[in-house]
Amino acid sequence: MTVHMVSDPTTLASTVSGGRKSRDVIFLIGLWVAMLLCTATLLTLLVDTFVTGRSKLTWAFLSGHPDPFPEDAGIQSAILGSLWVVIPSGLGALFVAICTAIYLEEYTRTDSRIQKFINLNIQTLAGVPSVVFGILGLAFVARGPLSWGFTVGTAAMVLGMMILPVMIVAAREAIRAVPSSLREGSMALGATKWQTIRRQVVPAAVPGIATGSILGVSRALGESAPLIMLGALAYVTFNPSGFGDYYTVIPLMIFKYATEAQTEFQVSAAAAIIVLLVMMFALNFLAIVIRDRSRKAW
Amino acid sequence: MASTFTTEPTESGPLSPLVDLLPSGQKRRQQTYERIIRVVLTMVASVAVVITLGVVASLVQPTYQFFQEVPFGDFFGSTKWYPLFDPPGFGVWPLVVGTFMVMVIATLVAVPGGLATAFFLNQYASDRTRRYLKPILEILAGIPTVVFGFFAVTFVSPNVAQKIWPVGEVGFYNALSAGLVVGIMILPMMTTLAEDAMASIPRSLVEGAYALGATRREVCTTVIFQAALSGIIAGAVIAISRAIGETTIVLLASGSNAEFTFNPGQAMQTLASFIGFAGIGDQPTDSTGYRTIFAVGSLLFIVTFVLNMVSIRIVRKFREVYE
Repeated sequence: MTVHMVSDPTTLASTVSGGRKSRDVIFLIGLWVAMLLCTATLLTLLVDTFVTGRSKLTWAFLSGHPDPFPEDAGIQSAILGSLWVVIPSGLGALFVAICTAIYLEEYTRTDSRIQKFINLNIQTLAGVPSVVFGILGLAFVARGPLSWGFTVGTAAMVLGMMILPVMIVAAREAIRAVPSSLREGSMALGATKWQTIRRQVVPAAVPGIATGSILGVSRALGESAPLIMLGALAYVTFNPSGFGDYYTVIPLMIFKYATEAQTEFQVSAAAAIIVLLVMMFALNFLAIVIRDRSRKAW
Repeated sequence: MASTFTTEPTESGPLSPLVDLLPSGQKRRQQTYERIIRVVLTMVASVAVVITLGVVASLVQPTYQFFQEVPFGDFFGSTKWYPLFDPPGFGVWPLVVGTFMVMVIATLVAVPGGLATAFFLNQYASDRTRRYLKPILEILAGIPTVVFGFFAVTFVSPNVAQKIWPVGEVGFYNALSAGLVVGIMILPMMTTLAEDAMASIPRSLVEGAYALGATRREVCTTVIFQAALSGIIAGAVIAISRAIGETTIVLLASGSNAEFTFNPGQAMQTLASFIGFAGIGDQPTDSTGYRTIFAVGSLLFIVTFVLNMVSIRIVRKFREVYE
């Protein structure tokens, strides 16, 4: 039975007919609708925001401070606030992530109990909704034991904890991708384990780590939920100058402007979105450049 | 590959021959240094564990206190939720139903949409189409939630939700637009996870089906779908857990009225969006209202934690099948 079915291509074609064929077409149309949904949504979002916010995108807006009057509204303190919060949180998380990744990949055996335990914690942490990090920050950092208040330091700390799992996963993958021949060669020349890691493994993993951590930082840059709970939702009319200062960030200014009743504020919100997206695209572009430049064939 | 390298290290032996040749004082210093490094790395690696414990610890005590003040029966046995008013109501059901409604709408968008996109990428797309589609998904995945929220309020609510909903009026704030946009937000994640599952199917299975004369649709809906099913389910569970935890989109698009209703045209509050909402108004630290945040946070944490564990379990089982 199988023989004559496969032997002749025309028999094969004739089985694809009638009901089957029309179902194939309907299925394909369904797939295209899904494609269109993604593409159209993204396009609509970008175009709609750009059209709404374009008129407001002036130097006055970029250099002005947030203001409850729409015509004076700016975002300078929010841009600087975002940088003040995101850069330390990114650097802190990067340090912890690299150390954790080195420990897990180089110092523990695959599937050892300690590795499984830390893995479980990282997975749990990665699944915690971002707003719960706000609760953690509220209970332990802003108030409670640390009592840093609603400051830049608190925000940087909380966002750093939030992006840590992403950074660890990226750093681990980068370190795992370094071929063992490199390690063995280094060891054979008499280097100790740590010398091997510091001079061979980590430098070889830098592009991968950089790419992954830039994506983590970009997530911190766009995050809003935990900071809503940490006092960033306010018209802050001065630039932060230290970790103990009050602050606001761009996503929270978007939130604030979007919830104001006057429609003029929608324009400010859209303009702030353009600024935020441009910053994020720049970061992602940087990640792509690093990835492409350092593409090495092991 | 790492395991070949990790077989009990530092001390001495064949792995560090030069250290053996060093004068004994220097060798000892070298070894002490290596040991210190190891301790430091272990300590830093435990930061992730400490943070996880911190999340749990931050929730436990205020939640316990909350249930000292508000009986368990009130929390789970009532449908009146206005914890920050006077007199307060502490029935959590409106939030649970709101969370459920937003989740269902988001799932209806993201699971079929993500699955279709994954099928397309896996079986239909040419390399060129892939090159366009992948970045679109990546950009979509990188859009901040507050931007999605703004889009939900200013575009989806007036232009989509209020137009397509057949029954009754759709308010300015509504769960429908929140759910639709949350669905779009989790769609790239659903696509990636489903496509990963599809890509890990042995090629022989797929090619066998084509050799027997199956069309692409039949390969997708029978062989690929069934072989990747556990991975697809695991991905859907993770995506749903993300939808449940989403705060900003829901807060912006669905308002802050905890209405007990199943009508998606109305404003609703979810567990997550309540936390955000209560966090805006600076609650006095030592009040029942403040502790409500933690009680709802505990509930949210438990729900998402369970979903994540379920997903990890499914993935683990799935791996055993093919390896």
